[in-house]
Amino acid sequence: MAPIKNISRRGFIKGIGLASGGLVLASSAYSFSNFGSKEEDILEFNPNLFVQLNSNGSLILVASRSEMGQGVRTSLTSVIADEMEADWDKVIVKQATGDAKYGNQNTDGSRSVRTLFETMRKMGATVKAVLITAAAKSWKVPESECIAKNHFIIHSSGKKIGFGDLVEIAKEISIPENVILKDPKDFKFIGKKLPSIDVENLSNGSAVFGLDKRVPNMKFAAIKRCSVAFGTVKSVDKTEALKINGVLDVVEVPMLIKAFGPLGGVAVIATNTWAAFKGRDALKIEWNYSKNTSYNSETFMDSITANVHKPGKVEKSIGNIDNAFKKANKTHEATYKLPHLAHAPMEVPNAVVSVKGDICEVWAPIQSPQAARREVANFLETDQSNVTINVTFLGGGFGRKAKPDFIVEATAVSKAINGPVQVVWSREDDIQHSYYHTVSSQFLKGAIDKNGKVTGWLHRFALPTIGSTFTPGRDLPQPWEARSATDVPYDIPNLQIEAGKADAHVRIGWLRSVINIPHGFAINVFADELAHEAGKDPLEFRLNLIGKDRIQETKDAYKYDTSKLKHVLKTAAKNAGYDKQLPEGHAIGLAVHYSFYSHVAAAIEVSVTNGKLTIHKISVVIDCGTAINRDTITAQMEGAAIFGMSLAYYGKITAKDGAIEQSNFHNYQVLRMPNAPKIQVEIVNSNDKPTGVGEPGVPVIAPAIINAIFKATGKRYRTLPLSDHGLV
Amino acid sequence: MPTYNLKVNGEKQVVEAESDTPLLWALRDNLDLVGTKFGCGIGQCGACTVHIDGTATRSCLLPVSALEDKEITTIEGLSENGSHPVQQAWKEVDVPQCGYCQAGQIMTASAFLETNPKPTEEEIKIAMNGNICRCSAYNRIQRAVAIASEKIG
Repeated sequence: MAPIKNISRRGFIKGIGLASGGLVLASSAYSFSNFGSKEEDILEFNPNLFVQLNSNGSLILVASRSEMGQGVRTSLTSVIADEMEADWDKVIVKQATGDAKYGNQNTDGSRSVRTLFETMRKMGATVKAVLITAAAKSWKVPESECIAKNHFIIHSSGKKIGFGDLVEIAKEISIPENVILKDPKDFKFIGKKLPSIDVENLSNGSAVFGLDKRVPNMKFAAIKRCSVAFGTVKSVDKTEALKINGVLDVVEVPMLIKAFGPLGGVAVIATNTWAAFKGRDALKIEWNYSKNTSYNSETFMDSITANVHKPGKVEKSIGNIDNAFKKANKTHEATYKLPHLAHAPMEVPNAVVSVKGDICEVWAPIQSPQAARREVANFLETDQSNVTINVTFLGGGFGRKAKPDFIVEATAVSKAINGPVQVVWSREDDIQHSYYHTVSSQFLKGAIDKNGKVTGWLHRFALPTIGSTFTPGRDLPQPWEARSATDVPYDIPNLQIEAGKADAHVRIGWLRSVINIPHGFAINVFADELAHEAGKDPLEFRLNLIGKDRIQETKDAYKYDTSKLKHVLKTAAKNAGYDKQLPEGHAIGLAVHYSFYSHVAAAIEVSVTNGKLTIHKISVVIDCGTAINRDTITAQMEGAAIFGMSLAYYGKITAKDGAIEQSNFHNYQVLRMPNAPKIQVEIVNSNDKPTGVGEPGVPVIAPAIINAIFKATGKRYRTLPLSDHGLV
Repeated sequence: MPTYNLKVNGEKQVVEAESDTPLLWALRDNLDLVGTKFGCGIGQCGACTVHIDGTATRSCLLPVSALEDKEITTIEGLSENGSHPVQQAWKEVDVPQCGYCQAGQIMTASAFLETNPKPTEEEIKIAMNGNICRCSAYNRIQRAVAIASEKIG
């Protein structure tokens, strides 16, 4: 119920905390042309960038983040509608183009709701206040006698007027200085289950994904890229490609050595996608392979493992780890090795680009429309104002579509042919030219005293850093990549975290939950190993390891809370029936991890029969602060559990002589329905600030499976995927 | 280029395409029926599933030259206004996350329920095995197929 002070336009911009400072509230700065206002007699009221109220009552709300299945178009706009007291049936969601005026639009890091919740509330509350003022003015009554309810302003006398009917008056009223936000107990949509606003279009085939975009005179293109990262074209023979019916042209695409630069290669332009693919396959290209031809997964794993078996760069040190090991009653050590992963969103990377002189229009499934705009403008050496990035639906993203390399290369092709083109990646292109989730080796060593208490914790990790994509040659992690290891929530007096060197030979990128996958895996499996070494029950041992209730000091603005961590762990165990008698051969494994400012635990029931693993049930508990849309959060936890299972079962990208060995879903498998267990999700009730949802469900899954297998069989697996062990 | 007479969603269509062009690309690039999706191109993921004479079929491997005289149904032609029981169930359960694979899922489920209107949980899981959902809405897809089965019954 805190009033927001100083809500003058300049103050409002400052106060709402949009990092760019680029948010513009003036209606004149933004036009909703071509949207919801075809009929000429409809008046529009544009009180801020995110809201347009029309005189016919329809309410257009802007989603500034990209929709890739996480439900953001529904969740963000439902927050505005809630504060506005709007009728959800009158809401139309408009997707924002990439533009700095919206503040940060990067749809990754599980941050959309977390960073925009308060802003969206204020956007809605401001409009409600204006409408109340407008109604009070027209009725000549005090504002205090008016309330907003379900798209009407209602006076205490009982008379009421629809939002749409207030547009003409509202346009003359200035934005209020202060707005009162709703008491959470009065929320209508927030904290409830609201179906996706797009469910109709997503069920009848009419939703337009990037690959579905068509513009007049559009050609189709496929690009042949070097099998080794950063290899270049030496020569190309296009004779056979040009013989294929439908192939129009062959052009070279430049390689740009920068984070989101295209890999370059040779593009085949055609009248249809099939001809473009066939033409691409018919090209005869000689390549200058880069130094990355030396990249072989097996030897690379050996080299980074050697780097964690010796001292590395100290990222954090508490107490004296060497003394802890000397004094220990018992020490235990383990090395964990995890392979590269590819995102493999169902919709491959693609983009439609139309370059006309200095002007460029893009339609693409992109998580980072502003980065795309910047990179396209840089490539064309034009001003960003000449570049329009239209964000389509994304057929999955998982981090892959945060990198606009595929838009820049389509821009290069459009420029070369001087017309609109859709560049389509094949699945093979997607698997073999990704920004891969890093490969990792991790060494952990623990000291246990005579009471079974952990007195020392050494964690060394070596993994090619995402920083290498931005700073070629970088071979040590960025500070944030160490944090999920250094922020280990265990109450241990002697603790040391070290990073070993690891150089990158492919493009390294972020994939759903990023560094938390390897760190969450090692920390959770090793804690389970220590429980066994100490002769303790894994749950009781872990709760003691987390220790007393405290707010853990971290370098982040959000602090994590060990009481929440213990609560989600205990609840997941309880929901899974941890204390109950299980069927013969069944066992429950546990994991708990804090990431994207959310506390998540998983308890997974497995059995292993004739050497084959079955997962019977997954129980997940998340504390993500205020839950905006409970159904969406549940869906994200369900999806994250299977995403985690996929990487645990099959996830493995390998390189031989620099080339990726996997190519499609037959050799880069993901989980299918017969292996999908029942997933039970509990969301902790909380009025705290909302925290991340899209990613934090992933890191707990693989370690909980490993811990369950150990409990069921006594066998400890320290590498993934499980298909390598014949378990699946 | 040769031409082929196809019957798509009850309408006759003439498609000018090379004989080896998969139906998927003829639908998407020639007929602008983009509801049928490209996912893998090798019949592994099911995103491109359509009905050929009522049978769920992967359109990414099926050349147009083999399809004259067949009844082809795509997601756009499954029902008027998304009213097929499977689509209704999909909306009730709010199945889609990103939604990209859902046309294929719905086409597989609707053909399956024609042959087995009262499937068991296990039969549903096996029937849907060929359709990957990377967002992994499998629990909900399974539930929606069961609800659709009740609606049909």
